[in-house]
Amino acid sequence: MKITNVDELKKIANDIRKDIVEQVYRAQSGHPGGSLSIADILTVLYFNQMNVDEKMPNSPVRDRLVLSKGHCSPALYAVLAKKGYFSEDELQKFRNIDGKLQGHPDMTKVPGVDMTTGSLGQGLSVCNGMALNSKLNHDGYRVYCILGDGEIEEGQVWEAAMTSHKYKLDNLCVIVDNNNLQIDGEIGKVKGLDNIEGKFKSFGFNTIVIDGNNIEQLIDAFNTAKTTKGMPTAIIAKTIKGKGVSFMENKVEWHGKGPNEEEYKQAMEELNKNV
Amino acid sequence: MENKKIPTRQSYGEALVKLGEKNKDVVVLDADLSTATKTQIFAKQFPERFFDIGISEQDMMSTAAGFATCSKIPYVSTFAVFAAGRAYDQIRNSICYPNLNVKICATHAGITVGEDGATHQMLEDISMMRTLPNMTVISTSDDTQTKWAVEEIAKIKGPVYLRLSRYGVPVIYDENQKFEIGKAVQIGEGTDATIFATGVAVVEALKAKEELSKRNIDVRVVDVHTIKPIDKEMIIKCAKETKRIITIEDHSIIGGLGGAICEVLCEQPHSIVYGDNYFERPIKVERMGIQDTFGKSGKADALMKYFKITSDYIIEKF
Repeated sequence: MKITNVDELKKIANDIRKDIVEQVYRAQSGHPGGSLSIADILTVLYFNQMNVDEKMPNSPVRDRLVLSKGHCSPALYAVLAKKGYFSEDELQKFRNIDGKLQGHPDMTKVPGVDMTTGSLGQGLSVCNGMALNSKLNHDGYRVYCILGDGEIEEGQVWEAAMTSHKYKLDNLCVIVDNNNLQIDGEIGKVKGLDNIEGKFKSFGFNTIVIDGNNIEQLIDAFNTAKTTKGMPTAIIAKTIKGKGVSFMENKVEWHGKGPNEEEYKQAMEELNKNV
Repeated sequence: MENKKIPTRQSYGEALVKLGEKNKDVVVLDADLSTATKTQIFAKQFPERFFDIGISEQDMMSTAAGFATCSKIPYVSTFAVFAAGRAYDQIRNSICYPNLNVKICATHAGITVGEDGATHQMLEDISMMRTLPNMTVISTSDDTQTKWAVEEIAKIKGPVYLRLSRYGVPVIYDENQKFEIGKAVQIGEGTDATIFATGVAVVEALKAKEELSKRNIDVRVVDVHTIKPIDKEMIIKCAKETKRIITIEDHSIIGGLGGAICEVLCEQPHSIVYGDNYFERPIKVERMGIQDTFGKSGKADALMKYFKITSDYIIEKF
């Protein structure tokens, strides 16, 4: 069932944020910053856009999503649990030796995970394979690929972009989580990375630049992507790393660590206020 | 052995078309080498199921993984050095870890690539591929065996690395020969030595066997077409029944066929009985192959001699 009410989607995104904080707090490990920045993207995709059914996670004609920036698994796990792919109790065992939820998504262990990821730069190629299969079989499903902005420093992303263009994969939609930060600092400083839109445009993509933490803009962008024919779409989603938790926002030190008890309580307090 | 020499890459290309006719789930990917890997034969027959990904092997491997998540059976080809080497991480993380049904058919393995030289002569692929969990590793010796393997690996659910060669080899087996993945083929009953061989080296071992028999030295040859899972039973049997063990391969002696056989034997009890002899230590294994060095340019035949992996160098050991 697709949710079209924006306020309802905003509430779900907020719940997802709480589940992200909960997971990295319980595990005392994981990547809250980039997970929080994609919470709205994943919420809109799974609750408003994608043709998926949690009761048939392996349906051959389902839409697919590859979280190429696999370290942001807490966001994906939170969304899949909320959709009902598996029990929300499992989130408590994120990164735990007794749990299914690995640090990075494992398709063989978790229903709803369409591809195992973790080593950056490989997801777009995988999506090309899935999208080509959709075309070959005339299945009509769509494929979504979430890339980190730092991740696109991997050369394979651009090998894959050429392939998406060659085969005119208009059933493919790339979302770049453009939060501007990677482990060693700003993307512009670490790698001199800029003009992400221009790069994708020159590789033959239809490009759309939006506020990636804005539900309405996300819905509009995905709808535009769906109706764009003959070329793949890249949505450059300008996001805030750590979005929703004041002390994590735009702070690179929250790329990959869990909060302590005090920080956890403050984060949850802030997020609870949004309800 | 027939005289006509056929490179296993050619056998692969021909078998792929037959497989494609029978199995509509088979798709083929190449990285701008389809004329050399022989996937172009498939491309001509089934253009809609052939994908030339261009000179981007990492992209090709992960694209194949994507196809495999959708129940297709991708056969992926490029030179062995670009498959196992350049795209190792993609094979590891996007194919083997999720146990996806991708068949990596890597041609131009070993020094027998010839004139292209060291950058193109893959000598470590068996070693790297067999350390990966879920991976099956196959290295075929002739036309008959290769054609069998191309069809057979489609029946395995999971990743396979099939090692193929540019070097022409005579046909060893007639079409009635039965093969089984994981079961090595024993040729002869000789007890003076076992020569374990794989790929293009099998023919050399057979030539040596023939020459040695003229000198009343009776050796057996074991064609180890499946490197992983290795045929432990056969290795232990031969260690018990024969006086010496020699391994030969167009691959580094580190981690290849020789390495795999040593791993099996060193875990056996420290006493091996053969005939009236009783040894209180592991049996000696003599590993012939590329001795921890890079290759070089030259004609394949000349390189086989240069790197001492021809029948003459086997015979020299007796």
